[in-house]
Amino acid sequence: MSENFFKVIRAGINTTFQDLGRNNLNHIGIPISGVMDKRNYIIANKILQNVPSHPIIEFAYQGPRLVYHGDPLNISVSGDVKFKVFKNKNEIEGKCYETITIQDHDEIDLISTNKSVYGYLGIGADLKIDYQWKSCSINTKANIGSNNGKKLKDNQKIEVLKIKELSRRKLDHINSKIENIRVIKGTNFHYFSKESQAKFFKNEYSVTKLTDRMGMRLEGERLDNIVNNNIKSEGLVKGVIQIPADGNPIIMLADHGTIGGYPKIATVISADFDKLSQLTPGSKIKFKEVNLKDAETIFKLYEMETNNIISKIL
Amino acid sequence: MIKNISNLGDAAVYCDFGDEVNKEINSSVINYFQNLKDCNFEGITNLTPSYNKLIVSFDLSITNFENTKKIIENLEIKKSHSISKKKIQIPVCCEDEYALDLKKLERKLNKSTDEILEKFFLKEYFCYMTGFIAGMPFLGDIDKNLHAKRLETPRVKVPKGSIGLTEQFCNIYTFESPGGWNIIGNTPLNVFDSLNEDNPNLINPGDTVSFIKINKEKYKKYYE
Repeated sequence: MSENFFKVIRAGINTTFQDLGRNNLNHIGIPISGVMDKRNYIIANKILQNVPSHPIIEFAYQGPRLVYHGDPLNISVSGDVKFKVFKNKNEIEGKCYETITIQDHDEIDLISTNKSVYGYLGIGADLKIDYQWKSCSINTKANIGSNNGKKLKDNQKIEVLKIKELSRRKLDHINSKIENIRVIKGTNFHYFSKESQAKFFKNEYSVTKLTDRMGMRLEGERLDNIVNNNIKSEGLVKGVIQIPADGNPIIMLADHGTIGGYPKIATVISADFDKLSQLTPGSKIKFKEVNLKDAETIFKLYEMETNNIISKIL
Repeated sequence: MIKNISNLGDAAVYCDFGDEVNKEINSSVINYFQNLKDCNFEGITNLTPSYNKLIVSFDLSITNFENTKKIIENLEIKKSHSISKKKIQIPVCCEDEYALDLKKLERKLNKSTDEILEKFFLKEYFCYMTGFIAGMPFLGDIDKNLHAKRLETPRVKVPKGSIGLTEQFCNIYTFESPGGWNIIGNTPLNVFDSLNEDNPNLINPGDTVSFIKINKEKYKKYYE
């Protein structure tokens, strides 16, 4: 059997292996991690007929440029990504949401994401990567996961094991536009003055550059805490919006600290995690209150919509 | 005992054991945590115990708040669950290059470095919880005269091994991370080992920690 592998020519920004992450470790300080935009992850793998938890290459803003060596292999790109494939001297404009067969010496250049943050490169093969606590998800802060817990680097190899059958599949899909982010009131909502409570739902917040896989920092009109700027440190979950002393909200994302000591004003509903993760710095957010029952219904709809999208893969 | 159960977003249950922080309440939190963990309920994805709260996360595509709340309410709590009760000694070097905030603390607490360190090394500390970053222990309670607020502007990078103080607690930064605690020293000991999947944390809730003062020479020897 010949050796099949990708070589990284340019690693890109925050390029990592991800899957659905690792559960049941919050109590020792390890977050779930996993893909930031779950729907696009599911679609990319489904197009390639990979299992739902198959490893994927996630990148932010600029993806990697890779050269492939070995037997023909299918890839698929998902998100809103501008990319090119180089075959011999031919330059081909890449299309998201379809299988692309690449051959020995072909190159893939994931140039940029358009008006979004994360893009995904699915690979129709098993990869030679490590798993920690049954997940390959890389947490660069704790150096946990595949690739020694570090981002992909220039010149490194990605070894390919078993290659899947080369069927052709595609999907017509456009990522939905940004709208309001829906939240449920938090356990410390009453820490804020009546005026600030109203402001929280009325004002616009902008996403700042201090945003990564751990959290999203927002900037907006200051909220008045009338009880205490600190709480006794307690557990956090993805989507929690903490308000530190400076009054600017921080939203917990996939690699969030498992414990925190700032008041929780609200929590983003599960159905809105994907679109929240894709907001670029400078984007405006408006929070809209929903109750628990609505959030549960919206989540069911979100799951149905995902299933509906992937059922259209041809 | 749980005083109140509410939802935290749409995929977590927030169990409130009260506002106070003491060993008794914390032991009750850990007991609930251990019992729930042992039951391995389908759909529960994470348990996050802290001083006086327990957060139970679940997979919204498998279960929901009402069902998970019922599981918690109907949980049979076996008393005297065996929790970790190890005694652990942590060597700490408090010389200038490691004690980043000791000078600031002298002013904040109106005490000399010697007085601060004497009080700090005298006591044994109980591990209430681990988290924030992987393996970081939250230990207490430190001497009343050493209570200080967090740094006004948190550091972007606290060095690995740093020992921090804030309010009635102390902690150990298991790896380089952002953080706002007052740093008084550094341990050369590895407190978190991700390669040991069964038992990555050196210190677990219920354990007792004592700190041993070492000089720079001895500190450097750990790396030889």
